Amino acid sequence: MSFFLINSSIGRKLVMSISGMFLILFLTFHMCMNLVAIISPEGYNTVCEFLGANWYALVGTAILAGGFIIHILFGLLLSIENRRARGNDRYAVTARPKTVEWASQNMLALGIVILALLGLHLYHFWAKMQFVELQAMAGVEVDSNLLANATNGYGLIEQTFSSPVVVALYLVMLCALWFHISHGFWSSLQSMGLSNSVWLKRIQVISMVYATLLVAGFAVVVIFFFVKSIL
Amino acid sequence: MATIDSKIPKGPLAEKWTRYKNTQKLVNPANKRRLDIIVIGTGLAGASAAATLGELGFNVINFCMQDSPRRAHSIAAQGGINAAKNYQNDGDSIYRLYYDTIKGGDYRAREANVYRLAEVSNNIIDQCVAQGVPFAREYGGTLANRSFGGAQVSRTFYAKGQTGQQLLLGAYSALSRQIAKGTVKEYNRREVLDIVIIDGRARGVIVRNMLNGKIERYAAHAVVMATGGYGNAYFLSTNAMHSNGSVAMQAYRKGAYFANPCYAQIHPTCIPVHGDYQSKLTLMSESLRNDGRIWVPKKKEDAEAIRAGKLKPTDIKEEDRDYYLERRYPAFGNLVPRDVASRAAKERCDAGFGVAPSGLAVYLDFSEAINRLGRKAIEAKYGNLFQMYEKIENENPYETPMKIYPAIHYTMGGIWVDYELQTSVPGLFAIGEANFSDHGANRLGASALMQGLADGYFVLPYTIQNYLSDQIQVPRFSTDCAEFDEAEKAVEDKIKKIMAVQGDKTVDDLHKELGHIMWEYVGMARTKESLTLAIEKIKALREDFWKHVYVPGKAEDLNIELGKALRLIDFFDIGELMARDGLNRNESCGGHFRTEFQTEEGEALRQDEEYSYVSCWHYKGEGVEPEMLKEPLDYEETERKTRNYKN
Amino acid sequence: MAKSINITLNIWRQKDAKTKGHFETYALKDISTNASFLEMLDILNEQLVKEHKEPIAFDHDCREGICGMCSLYINGHPHGWETEITTCQLHMRKFKDGDVITIEPWRSRAFPVIRDLMVDRSAYDKIMQAGGFVSVNTGGVPDANAIAIPKPIADEAMDSASCIGCGACAAACKNGSAMLFVSAKVSQLALLPQGKAEAAARAKNMVAKMDELGFGNCTNTGACAAECPKGVSLTNIARLNREFLCAKLKD
Repeated sequence: MSFFLINSSIGRKLVMSISGMFLILFLTFHMCMNLVAIISPEGYNTVCEFLGANWYALVGTAILAGGFIIHILFGLLLSIENRRARGNDRYAVTARPKTVEWASQNMLALGIVILALLGLHLYHFWAKMQFVELQAMAGVEVDSNLLANATNGYGLIEQTFSSPVVVALYLVMLCALWFHISHGFWSSLQSMGLSNSVWLKRIQVISMVYATLLVAGFAVVVIFFFVKSIL
Repeated sequence: MATIDSKIPKGPLAEKWTRYKNTQKLVNPANKRRLDIIVIGTGLAGASAAATLGELGFNVINFCMQDSPRRAHSIAAQGGINAAKNYQNDGDSIYRLYYDTIKGGDYRAREANVYRLAEVSNNIIDQCVAQGVPFAREYGGTLANRSFGGAQVSRTFYAKGQTGQQLLLGAYSALSRQIAKGTVKEYNRREVLDIVIIDGRARGVIVRNMLNGKIERYAAHAVVMATGGYGNAYFLSTNAMHSNGSVAMQAYRKGAYFANPCYAQIHPTCIPVHGDYQSKLTLMSESLRNDGRIWVPKKKEDAEAIRAGKLKPTDIKEEDRDYYLERRYPAFGNLVPRDVASRAAKERCDAGFGVAPSGLAVYLDFSEAINRLGRKAIEAKYGNLFQMYEKIENENPYETPMKIYPAIHYTMGGIWVDYELQTSVPGLFAIGEANFSDHGANRLGASALMQGLADGYFVLPYTIQNYLSDQIQVPRFSTDCAEFDEAEKAVEDKIKKIMAVQGDKTVDDLHKELGHIMWEYVGMARTKESLTLAIEKIKALREDFWKHVYVPGKAEDLNIELGKALRLIDFFDIGELMARDGLNRNESCGGHFRTEFQTEEGEALRQDEEYSYVSCWHYKGEGVEPEMLKEPLDYEETERKTRNYKN
Repeated sequence: MAKSINITLNIWRQKDAKTKGHFETYALKDISTNASFLEMLDILNEQLVKEHKEPIAFDHDCREGICGMCSLYINGHPHGWETEITTCQLHMRKFKDGDVITIEPWRSRAFPVIRDLMVDRSAYDKIMQAGGFVSVNTGGVPDANAIAIPKPIADEAMDSASCIGCGACAAACKNGSAMLFVSAKVSQLALLPQGKAEAAARAKNMVAKMDELGFGNCTNTGACAAECPKGVSLTNIARLNREFLCAKLKD
């Protein structure tokens, strides 16, 4: 039975949907945490400290990374298979029926955009926070300035989002994220079999609303600090 | 002269089938595995027979000409399937279903066969439900029924307007299961071009692979043809594009009698022809006549104005409309049987009162019913049909009357079979619409599905064993023998001959010409003169074919035109045979109306004294007049009456 | 009223699965708007035959929207852009004078091209053979009314059962997935008590066969249901997922 997750199309989709849901859950926490920054700088830095290089945060990070990797690998695997299933000749004329979401047909592209900008995001934050602490713990010599600022997430936010270019890139990422999740959320439930004639429409609506709230939560922080920086 | 033995078991009508089953010979399981049966066709009859024979343990070889067995034209049946379940407690019984069918067939069907059909009808419903056919149900969870023409009870089971589809998919799923088990070997996109006879028995077929044009041979201990009707001889019919009578003609040429070829059912409510490019006709369910009123303008000038597009039907005042069915048949009005309604429409159009640009249409008007019951009620009853009509005609039938005209729908005639469904060629069986046995001169609505499944699930799998029981010593055949060589050569020669013509007419051109001849002279109202003329014209057209047909491409390739040409050759012969049979039958009954034989009021006049027999046509060679044999129809249980729809 | 239009057709021509295909352009004049789409192709073929050219191969049979044989991809949509119709139910009145119409075959690895617009859909038959049935022999079944089935269940099963097996779902899907087809049959039989007994095995076997035949993975884009000529719903796919996953988890 264990192989069906890899061997069968529906099993692979289950992996995609569970890992996707897990990432949505993570994003939800992440977004809530970010909002703290608007309310209280100290509170935010406490959270940052709490999620530093300690064992539980590291285990969490490892699991999170695992979730990402599984989601990406399966996504790629499925996309390659799906491309092959299309056959050698492509349609010369294609058209998207009205009821088909644009996002649903471009999940891979959206995923790639998100992944690329995620790299930027890791460089901006993770590399300067948890990663620095980790390096210090491993005995690697790090700039003492950096180490001192590793838990000053608030300062880092202020600094990062003062750049219009960075803000624009983050907004692009959030936009891609919105599309990705607006389809991914309900698609995940559908793949798990949690849909029927009554709930199909409902989960599609919930998906939109949830994606919007989530992305709005992130965007508010980005814009808030950008506006703050220019005022 | 050969004698006709229909092998009807002795005893009272109601006990014949039981007695037969009790005394027939069977084949034991070990021997079944050694017996091969070819089944041609995958419609209701073919698929159900192939599946059941496979379940029993026979080795079945099944052919279909489409890309999948699920496409056979049984799938297009809309209305429903009859059975004598009496679930509605409205007084139905096996006898009543039997009686309605015999009467509906204008007393030209074989009593014993019809009674058996009514008897097994109930098993069909049980079987289909067990297969997962989603019949319509009541809120309490029991099966729903509706009523259909020619019956006073509600005995028709249905699955939306797609009953044929659901029943066929049920049979197809049973067939699929046997294919997976290996008891049935399925060959798709294959067209059977000849039946091979060895020592007087049907032993195999010659088949053309439609994908590459290769000729293939298959041998078996028995051959079952379930190849449907031959309505496409008229070119335009409600049949599918590939429906044909070719296997029936091959069987006929190999000695199987062709019975009652002239009985063709013309359905009154079809969407009319709109141009010579038209490829087929679409049926609108008979049920529409429950609420629709049929009319044409009373004044010729109004009809002409409508044809010219100057007037709309809604412009014609009530008093200027001729509700001719209500006028002629006050008691039954718009609900007269199919044949009567069809002839009346033709009569009006011939007299110059037809509507639509072609002048070949009458109105089916729902305005009165909409006013009386409200649009909602009409929509609930006929919504899907109205929508279908709108798609084709681009007119909204809620606002303007439908235009309808009769069209060829079903052929009651077919290959003659005895009580065991065996043709006059030993080892060759015919089931479903391909045989002639159960509908007499006219078929009632919702009975075609019943007959196809009865033959395939519950009759043939028994009766074929009576034949096969003495074949168990016969080893599996090789196709390397003189008879197969000969048959294959004949097929190849025919194909070569067609390919060699290289004339200037397309197959469809010629088929359309045949269609015109058939519709004009062997259509709804036939006369001695028209039928004689039809025979001459068909002969001339056949000659024209052999001089002028053009088939492009190569024979050993996917060649659609070649396939059509091969089928057309057989349609010529069928058309001629229909005309010949109609000429012989000096009476009017059911689907066969001879203008000379009508009452003063213009109703069909049967000649029971002279013509209560099945006319069985026996092939005597190319270009030679066939011999006509008679199977007398002795009615032991039922008294013949004249049908009356006026009062 | 019938009008006539002139149209230009771009039609895919391909000798067989192995040969490379290409588009050919045909101009058709004076096509009655009352003609159906397939009748328009008949006219073109008659013209080609008269010019001693090879006619275009395309599948069709009942021409009333139920056999599922017609299979043309017209201007980017299987069976054309009108909703809930098959190609044979599409009429020329939906086109305008001067229109350019591109006609392609179903394109999916599991549906190899046989010739021109004709494809091999036997993969669907094979999936059906893997489990699309109730294992019941002829005879020896209970009375049809022995098991009451609630009307809503029977109606839902009927909606799933209305699939005509045309292949438009896999043709429309950017992943070449056959999930709508498979799920329609699995749903129909899983809903009805008669099919419940082997529902788990059916779901597993049909999905395994579908995967084996090279169909893609469903990503819930919904193009299948949007293009389905019989309006078979996406919820069938959810039910198939449920049936399959429950069956696997029980193993």
